[in-house]
Amino acid sequence: MNSFRRTFLKGTGAAGTVAIAIAAGLLKPTQVLAAEWNKDAFGAKSVSDALKSMGASAPVDSKDISIKAPDIAENGAVVPVEITSKIAGTTSIAIMAEKNANPLVANFNLSNGAEGYVSTRIKMGQTSLVRAVVKAGGKTYTAAKEVKVTIGGCGG
Amino acid sequence: MADAMKIRATAQGDSADIKVLMNHVMETGLRKDAKTGQLIPAHFIQNVSASVNGKEVLDAQWGGAISKNPYLGFKVKGAKAGDKVVVNWEDNKGEKNTVEATVS
Repeated sequence: MNSFRRTFLKGTGAAGTVAIAIAAGLLKPTQVLAAEWNKDAFGAKSVSDALKSMGASAPVDSKDISIKAPDIAENGAVVPVEITSKIAGTTSIAIMAEKNANPLVANFNLSNGAEGYVSTRIKMGQTSLVRAVVKAGGKTYTAAKEVKVTIGGCGG
Repeated sequence: MADAMKIRATAQGDSADIKVLMNHVMETGLRKDAKTGQLIPAHFIQNVSASVNGKEVLDAQWGGAISKNPYLGFKVKGAKAGDKVVVNWEDNKGEKNTVEATVS
């Protein structure tokens, strides 16, 4: 399963394309309405492709983002993840599980007083970095934490 | 699919802590049926939005990698007891659900 996934990732990594439509979404992230699900970003097979499709290029590492997740997750199907961004003016928080077939898990746009905080539960196929990507003031920041998975939650 | 969602919104200091539990299979479309070997079609929540007193505070896009029966927690500064919170989701098949709560 793992070796399959690796070759799969390699084979498709270069094929990612950036939709022009995203540029429109970039201008006002909070205005992207529910109907416009970012198919390219969620379908991306690699972290860099997903970032491109989200219009989040060259994220900067930040210590102001904290990721609360277990060091070891026994069940990859349910991994609690809590992300707090102390960066002023945080407008969106995305969660990625780097080695999932599709790394992008979720992207939250925050507005009208919503704090830089989201908490949810995600599926992880295997041990991997969990990455938070935060947009604030037109810049992109990131942080990551490794979660060891003993039983994957994506296979069947 | 219109199973009830659970929601709790509590005021904590100058912000409100909102927790939501949704009922959904969250099928990624990558999993195979153990018996037939066929891929199980994708069926997952794609969009979640939340508002406080009619003002949007959260607009999320989800992939299939959110766990089954999703949990979502978020905090809204300035929301206080008595404010009305509404959370909606819509999945890739166009099914929808909504839940309301009052911050307490």
